[in-house]
Amino acid sequence: MAVLEQRQKQIFTTGSAGPFEMECSKPSLAGSVSQRACVFCGSRVVLYPIADAVHLVHGPIGCAAYTWDIRGALSSGPELHRLSFSTDLQELDVISGAEKKLYAALVELIDRYQPKAAFVYSTCIIGIIGDDVEAVCKKVSLEKGIPVLPVDSEGFKGTKKDGYRAACGALFKLTGQKALENISKYSINIMGEFNVAGESWIIRSYYEKMGVQVVSCLTGDARIEEIQRSHGAALNVVQCSGSMVYLAKMFEEHYGTPYLRVAYFGIEDVSEALYSVARFFKEPELMKRTQKLVREEIEAIYPKLQEYKKKLTGKKAAVYVGGAFKAFALVRALRLIGMKVVMVGSQTGNKDDYKQLQSMCDEGTVIVDDTNPLELSEFLKDKEVDLLIGGVKERPLAYKMGIGFCDHNHERKIPLAGFSGMLNFAEEIYSSVHSPVWKLVSRRRSLTENEGIEAGA
Amino acid sequence: MVNEKEILKNASVVTTNACKLCTPLGACVAMKGIENTMTLLHGSQGCATYIRRYLISHFREPIDIASSNFTENATIFGGGLNLSTGLKNVTTQYHPALIGVATTCLSETIGEDVKTMVRNYQKSEEVSASADQPLIIHMSTPSYKGTHMDGFHAVTRAAVAALAKDGAPKKQLNILPGFVSPADIRYLKEILADLQLEYVMLPDYSETLDGPTWDDYQKIPSGGTSVAAIETMGCSQATIEFGRTLDPNLTAGKILRERFKTLRFQLGMPIGVRETDLFFELLKTYTAAALPVKYELERGRLIDSYIDGHKYVFEKKAVVYGDEDLVVGLVSFLAEIGIIPVLCASGGVSGRLAKAIHDVAPELEDRITVRQGVDFMEIGTEAEKLGADLFIGNSKGYQNARKLKVPLVRVGFPIHDRIGSGRIVHLGYRGAQELFDRIVNTLLENRQDNSSVGYSYM
Repeated sequence: MAVLEQRQKQIFTTGSAGPFEMECSKPSLAGSVSQRACVFCGSRVVLYPIADAVHLVHGPIGCAAYTWDIRGALSSGPELHRLSFSTDLQELDVISGAEKKLYAALVELIDRYQPKAAFVYSTCIIGIIGDDVEAVCKKVSLEKGIPVLPVDSEGFKGTKKDGYRAACGALFKLTGQKALENISKYSINIMGEFNVAGESWIIRSYYEKMGVQVVSCLTGDARIEEIQRSHGAALNVVQCSGSMVYLAKMFEEHYGTPYLRVAYFGIEDVSEALYSVARFFKEPELMKRTQKLVREEIEAIYPKLQEYKKKLTGKKAAVYVGGAFKAFALVRALRLIGMKVVMVGSQTGNKDDYKQLQSMCDEGTVIVDDTNPLELSEFLKDKEVDLLIGGVKERPLAYKMGIGFCDHNHERKIPLAGFSGMLNFAEEIYSSVHSPVWKLVSRRRSLTENEGIEAGA
Repeated sequence: MVNEKEILKNASVVTTNACKLCTPLGACVAMKGIENTMTLLHGSQGCATYIRRYLISHFREPIDIASSNFTENATIFGGGLNLSTGLKNVTTQYHPALIGVATTCLSETIGEDVKTMVRNYQKSEEVSASADQPLIIHMSTPSYKGTHMDGFHAVTRAAVAALAKDGAPKKQLNILPGFVSPADIRYLKEILADLQLEYVMLPDYSETLDGPTWDDYQKIPSGGTSVAAIETMGCSQATIEFGRTLDPNLTAGKILRERFKTLRFQLGMPIGVRETDLFFELLKTYTAAALPVKYELERGRLIDSYIDGHKYVFEKKAVVYGDEDLVVGLVSFLAEIGIIPVLCASGGVSGRLAKAIHDVAPELEDRITVRQGVDFMEIGTEAEKLGADLFIGNSKGYQNARKLKVPLVRVGFPIHDRIGSGRIVHLGYRGAQELFDRIVNTLLENRQDNSSVGYSYM
């Protein structure tokens, strides 16, 4: 297949000869159609769900337009995050600098909405035209009396991960600013959970039932004030490999807050997440409540899940997602409903992540880093995949090849996290894999007809 | 009175919920209308990814856009190496006949001389020695200048400028439809074929952006206007360009006119009876074939339906927004059915919107407000002030319409919350029929749903 020479070390098949060597965490090749985004994207996804802050994108219109209300991150109150603000730079601004425009824009927005904070995202050209964004933010912050935080997110300055780091840097500046009254010793911050389709609410409710206080959720349905007192939590529980470990590490260093890494997708992962938090607090009653919760939740979905398993057993899935931690969880969740993972990859996994993936997957599974549509389509075909899990950019690829699809990205509207989410996940996969429409697709029809002949023989 | 003065600059410094997209996006759409082509965006990776996601959500088709993937080094020392590596990698992976290089704000701001870089790349030993190298065209599309529509037209200009050649006159027309739907392009082709007219359609993404499923993965979806066809555009009898707000001095038709003396006609987007009649009148002068009865019938049925539905729409107030030329076409159509487009708005700033609207619907003169260079916040505020019975435009106006509790009839681009965006016909009698039925039925549905009686016939 047409794998570019320079990319060959970013693809590995488990069980194949030779040592496991993956090259990853490297910039995408020029001229490739990567599924990755940029530094700005990384920052934007992490901070986006903060609902009572103004998010001002400083640059020409594109970056703000493409990120307007694109995520299903819900808020229980204000919805400032769903508006798209841009300084919409024009040629003259590029020539003579746009600090004044930025200042005026911030003042206007703060007066208009009275937000609790403002984030200013620098896009590609801001450093080049020489804007001192930090100075403008400082000035406005002093004048308006709210935090105004620059986010150093010029698109070309690294990868999406650098954007996560920049966002975490901005978040960290907010911490340590509010008093720590009424915080229990059994308290956590949920990190790396963005309340897509209301998932943070589901997760939060589990912790509350366990008797654990959630000081803040970063950043699903987040409020600035909660973040400002988040350093009072006893533990940080971090989901998602890439985006928020940076913040957890900063907490550890500055406040001595320990952290756990978890995932909330799939029964095994979500149960283990809750148990690990219970174990951390070493409180027998809390553990008992956790066991009860897990038992009840599993009991509630298990029979229905078994029905789906019957219908999905033996079907083949390919997974291509942003972070490797989500990939781990999906491999386990798919196994739970009887499906076989034949390809798995991520945009931003590191060496250790891929090692773990290799150890989890069956022999013959293809593991890829930062793949592109050409490679993906080859894998889908070679492996006779029934379902692809990915984001919107991967969806048409699966559909064109006559393959089912499950959206596991920010834009989904159905919660897939937690126990109830696992049921939704199975239901969504079932509804795509077993749709009758594939029978009309000529490529798939030839495959199933052959199977039919063999079965009959 | 028409119009309150067009406001060139937003009253507000901030753009809130933009009613436009960035320049390179338009270039990416138009490039899909040239056969066996790849687009390479010269800039950061995010631009290509965001634009892909945005277009895929509308067209629901795979859309591959390559990026030269600027790094910090490239930004400091220049992106020449990234560009040549990018061109090389696109060539080896996709084997396109043509690569369109479009710039971004980043490469433009650091002052990349893409033209020279491309020339040097093509002259380099490795490339010039190997056969089977793609043609390369280049568009300057900084996102701080203009909107996606400028990027779209930059492609037709660049393609014509680079490819069209002189030659023996051909009995054919150049059709430059502007940013219309794949189904619109299919319909235009049907009309031209029925009138036995030869033509070159640029761009033609009727298949590449709305195609069937595949047996084998297509690196570059089939369809689009071939380079060979574009080469003959200098030999055509005339060029027809849709878009009353186009700068007549800055179009592909103008280039053809200057270089090859090809006659040039600039028409409005043919939406509704009147603008479509003009289009057919012009076409008829180039064909010996009689107009097939089917179009007489289409036109007749359309007017017949106008009559059936006239009371449901009379003096209803519509907010119309989106790309300037689409808005102008829609206004012409709405005026002829009795709907008052109380607000005609666009994020574009051609400076010609108000005049174009006046030209197509002088009868509305004192009843409408035209605003260019606006965002959705301003559209919302204005709509609330003016009062509206419905919104007509892309899906990004949904939140405004919802707030005012009025229905939205989705047209144009983008439509991210429905399927079938590529199959909407806006143009010609057939397009007007589709629009009219949808508008009337939307109003009826709204009335029915909100009535306490629950009539089962309306």
